[in-house]
Amino acid sequence: MVSSSALRRGLLASAVFSLFAFDAVAQQPPAPVPATPAAAPAAPALPPGSPLIGRPDNSEAAKLAPVSGPPIATAADKLPTAKLKAPPGFNVEVYASGMANAREIRLSDKGTLFVGSRTVDKVYAVTADKHEVKIVASGLHRPNGVAFHDGTLYIAELSQISKIDNIESQLDNPPKPTVFYTDLPKDEAHGWKFISIGPDNKLYVPVGQPGNNVLHDSAHGQIRRMNLDGTGAEVIALGVRNSVGFDWNPENKQFYFTDNGRDWVSEDVPEDKLNRLTKVGEDFGAPYCYQGNISDPDFGWGHSCSDFTPPAGLLGAHTASLGMRFYTGSMFPKEYKNVIFIARHGSWNRTKKLGGDVVAVTLNKDGTVKSVKPFLTGFIDNNNYLGRPVDVQPMKDGSLLVSDDWNGAVYRVTYGKKVAAH
Amino acid sequence: MRAKFAVLALLCAALPATAAETIQERAAQCTACHGDNGQSQTENIPSLGAQQPGYSLIQLFMFREKLRTFEPMNEIAKDFTDDDLRTFSDYLGTLPKPNPPADAPDAARMQRAQAMTQQFHCNSCHNADFSGRDNIPRIADQREDYLAKTLREYKNNTRQGYDGTMSEVVAPISDDQIADLAYYLAHLPKS
Repeated sequence: MVSSSALRRGLLASAVFSLFAFDAVAQQPPAPVPATPAAAPAAPALPPGSPLIGRPDNSEAAKLAPVSGPPIATAADKLPTAKLKAPPGFNVEVYASGMANAREIRLSDKGTLFVGSRTVDKVYAVTADKHEVKIVASGLHRPNGVAFHDGTLYIAELSQISKIDNIESQLDNPPKPTVFYTDLPKDEAHGWKFISIGPDNKLYVPVGQPGNNVLHDSAHGQIRRMNLDGTGAEVIALGVRNSVGFDWNPENKQFYFTDNGRDWVSEDVPEDKLNRLTKVGEDFGAPYCYQGNISDPDFGWGHSCSDFTPPAGLLGAHTASLGMRFYTGSMFPKEYKNVIFIARHGSWNRTKKLGGDVVAVTLNKDGTVKSVKPFLTGFIDNNNYLGRPVDVQPMKDGSLLVSDDWNGAVYRVTYGKKVAAH
Repeated sequence: MRAKFAVLALLCAALPATAAETIQERAAQCTACHGDNGQSQTENIPSLGAQQPGYSLIQLFMFREKLRTFEPMNEIAKDFTDDDLRTFSDYLGTLPKPNPPADAPDAARMQRAQAMTQQFHCNSCHNADFSGRDNIPRIADQREDYLAKTLREYKNNTRQGYDGTMSEVVAPISDDQIADLAYYLAHLPKS
């Protein structure tokens, strides 16, 4: 299935990434080698979904645990905006704040920004003119995903998808969302969703593996697409551990998605992946193969990484690469044309935190990753989070919005002479 | 007696907080049920002494937003500002650690449960001494009945938690094991 040149390209992408990356990444060997687990698999009897499966029994590893952000949004004047760094010529400002646990963001054609959340129950809307924050839905269970199409807001909760028609004419008094798709597992682990509507006018919905590293059943570990009324659902990608971001290449409409690698193999592998789907039904390897060239220490036996579609590129170990969008705007310098901006939420399963930034990914002509460069950094200070980027959304004027669930805020990155958002 | 505490708590909560009121005075509404000096004397009501402020903040927030349901707490927290939530959670962290029961625990049961805390990796997030960290609660010397009740609620999904981690962790733990874990944590020698 996979040519050795494709695999070499994957390794090359990894090496290029190391060259451009900073901090801890630069210390990694350029080409990862198949990993040996640091210790024997942990004692049995952990639940299938436990994030602690595979945790080696040593005191340094015991210090690592998932980090949940604060439940309350940071006040606008306390946001870490001044500490955020972008390349020369770019400016960072607060676009909207006070939205606890702001996660996926999505603009309407008219410029209303919709914002999902994971640890609270709300979907927010930010008005186009005054950036006023309104709550358009509440009482929902992990409504992480938001999409917008023809005046309708789509909301993905943990195990169901709903919509509100004509949302923008009723932002102050919206009706309850109408549920139209419920054929989803209820697992908490990797159950929250990023959603998007493709150029084929279908709704794309991921279903993650229900845990760190599990032999999932046929309802998990995949990405589905369906008609906008929930009918005609089909699985388009298999072997997906946990994708929380995707978009379509504006040049050829190919589907690209981020996927988070498993925990507890080691500090430095496996890396998160940027995948590309070229054919419906491709298998991307989880839980048998990670980052295209590491056979899983638990489940990889009897399988070969060459049985699976290799990644288009690698995004760093444990970085939690989440929301992504291709950039087609004209505000940024021309080297940003068609790059992919990816929000890396930042690691927990690593002693020295990695990620916690927005990177700009440039593709080769063949669609594989040419380079991964830091774009918006400064979210990690002295190995602690000041904020955690979740999603990116280009605006019509070419500026870029970035959501931060740690602070419950959305920032706007502009280029050139500073002008007020409008 | 318990009903009287609850009524007192509700009455106190109904009083408008004035700027002159100290946090100790405002916390009278907490200690009415949760006890003085961080130690609860009331069945199924947790001790709050030395609780991690990050955890208390999340719980108070969830009570205010009705993401966690317990009527007296939902009522008390409903008009709290974000600053109130922070003030109360920081204050609770300054109260003394709760004490284990005075009587000596059953050594065999303690040993059995201690092995379980390693098997289920309780000590990974809650720390080796179960004092918690950041958003993860102190569970050392918490009331046994409250610990058992909470673990059962996580297991049957009536308490979903902030980020769902505990629902996963508790899934394979049996009711008998829950009882032993609660006994062990409640009887830890004070550190």
